[in-house]
Amino acid sequence: MDNIAIVGVAQTKYAERKKDKTCADLVFDVTRAAMEDAGLALEDVDNVVTVSNDFIDGRTISSMAVGDAAGAHDKNISTVEGDGAFGALYGAMRTLGGFGTTLVVAHAKGSEGDVKFITNGMFEPIYQRLLGLESISSSALQARMYMDRYGLTEEDFARVSVKNHANGKNNPYAHLQLDVTVDDVMNSEKLADPLKKLDCSPVSDGAAAIIIANESHISKAKTKPVWVRGMAHCSDAYLLGDRDLAVPQSLAAASKKAYTMAGINDPMKSIDLVELYDAFSYMEPMWLEGMGFCEAGKGATLLDQGVTAMSGALPVNPSGGVLSSHAMLVAGLARIIESVLQLRGEAGQRQVENAKTALAHGINGACGQAHCVWILGNQKK
Amino acid sequence: MEKWLEHVEPLTFKGQIAVPYTWWAGETGSLFLMGLRDKETIMGCRCNSCGTVYVPPRRTCAQCFTDTGEWVQLGNKGTVQSYTIVRFSHPLQPVEAPFAYAMIQLDGADVSLVHLIKKDLDKLEKGVRVRACFKEKSERKGHILDIDGFEII
Ligand SMILES: [Zn+2]
Repeated sequence: MDNIAIVGVAQTKYAERKKDKTCADLVFDVTRAAMEDAGLALEDVDNVVTVSNDFIDGRTISSMAVGDAAGAHDKNISTVEGDGAFGALYGAMRTLGGFGTTLVVAHAKGSEGDVKFITNGMFEPIYQRLLGLESISSSALQARMYMDRYGLTEEDFARVSVKNHANGKNNPYAHLQLDVTVDDVMNSEKLADPLKKLDCSPVSDGAAAIIIANESHISKAKTKPVWVRGMAHCSDAYLLGDRDLAVPQSLAAASKKAYTMAGINDPMKSIDLVELYDAFSYMEPMWLEGMGFCEAGKGATLLDQGVTAMSGALPVNPSGGVLSSHAMLVAGLARIIESVLQLRGEAGQRQVENAKTALAHGINGACGQAHCVWILGNQKK
Repeated sequence: MEKWLEHVEPLTFKGQIAVPYTWWAGETGSLFLMGLRDKETIMGCRCNSCGTVYVPPRRTCAQCFTDTGEWVQLGNKGTVQSYTIVRFSHPLQPVEAPFAYAMIQLDGADVSLVHLIKKDLDKLEKGVRVRACFKEKSERKGHILDIDGFEII
């Protein structure tokens, strides 16, 4: 297999309501900024992958409306409907499949629709959607099952929110810049037990773009290449009742494949930081278990021992994570971008010292039905 | 260029999308839903290959990638595997908050059915036994909410 690398990245500041920009404006801004970052011109971009969702955008074939803004006029353009980490994986496959460079761009304006209606739409229409399930209540079922299985407490989850919101203050792109305590989280508005408002990510507007290049095209870019050392995705069953919600087995499968591709035997030893998809506080420890950083049920212990803190052996979500900024679909691509900035040593206040290898992660579907895992490095091997 | 926008109310436009979908329940789903409507029974189906009993029933087993085989009548009672008490209200919800969603493993099934619990919310915990409460016959129409909800036994 050829070597490929990410040579350009850009993201908007995430915000509650970007009233000065349309979706196409956001896509144009990050497309141009990613090309500037890479030092590439439009003619150096061989094909374009857009990431969008028709329900979020409120239009049919939503990708077609942003092609011009993505510089895709007269280019080969295709679309991924799902999280940006999966869109990037498709972009990587195109880069491995003959295109010298691929631009992947994701956008979402959660402020323009109703996220509860939109996430209700991901459920099976006859048996589950009519119950009114949406993202928060379904995730609450998962959080409760996880707590009961391993004897975890709401405070265990609150501490994740405190850590990630504190990290978010170091990230100029973060939507929320909050000082919160465990008490603040515990006393925030109860939404669906055990989840409270500060256990949940905000609804953000934003966009992000990356440029992936085959090794044969890397010399054209001015940035330090960040190499794709491993990537994989895997999906679990669709219906919530069919799955063991406390054990993210599709994440374990995807991680294992990505580690094998990257030649990693012991992820705790080999990986310097993680940017994962914490749409809800409980997801961070659960995903860390699925990724094999600890035994099942011990994810919260990693935080208690300081392992996942900025000063720990494995900083998790130095950016503040999805809890600090959640532009749907964009958030998985943002995890990749944050990892790239870390590996280039350009993460500013949130920089993890001597970061050489990072794991970036995205999810699709209710309660993390599908997981996408990326292993990125600033060295080729 | 954007600065002036801070001093005025930006323009917005209301969407008009309301597509009237009509989903067929299919052969398998229709038998399940008619069982709720006509007999107050909850039917599942067993995979002939791995033996898993599914509810809601479906034509195929994803694990085995085969057709499921026989119909199985499940108990109207089951055990709560997980639950959440919903505190916020939204037009999507079929009942007023607070109410609970629960994942219920019906007697005879291997997977959980997600449904509603409307009362005794303070008694909810993993492992509690619950029973399906059906709507009055005149109100049942072959719908997942022909089961009005589950009550704690
Ligand atoms: Zn089977």
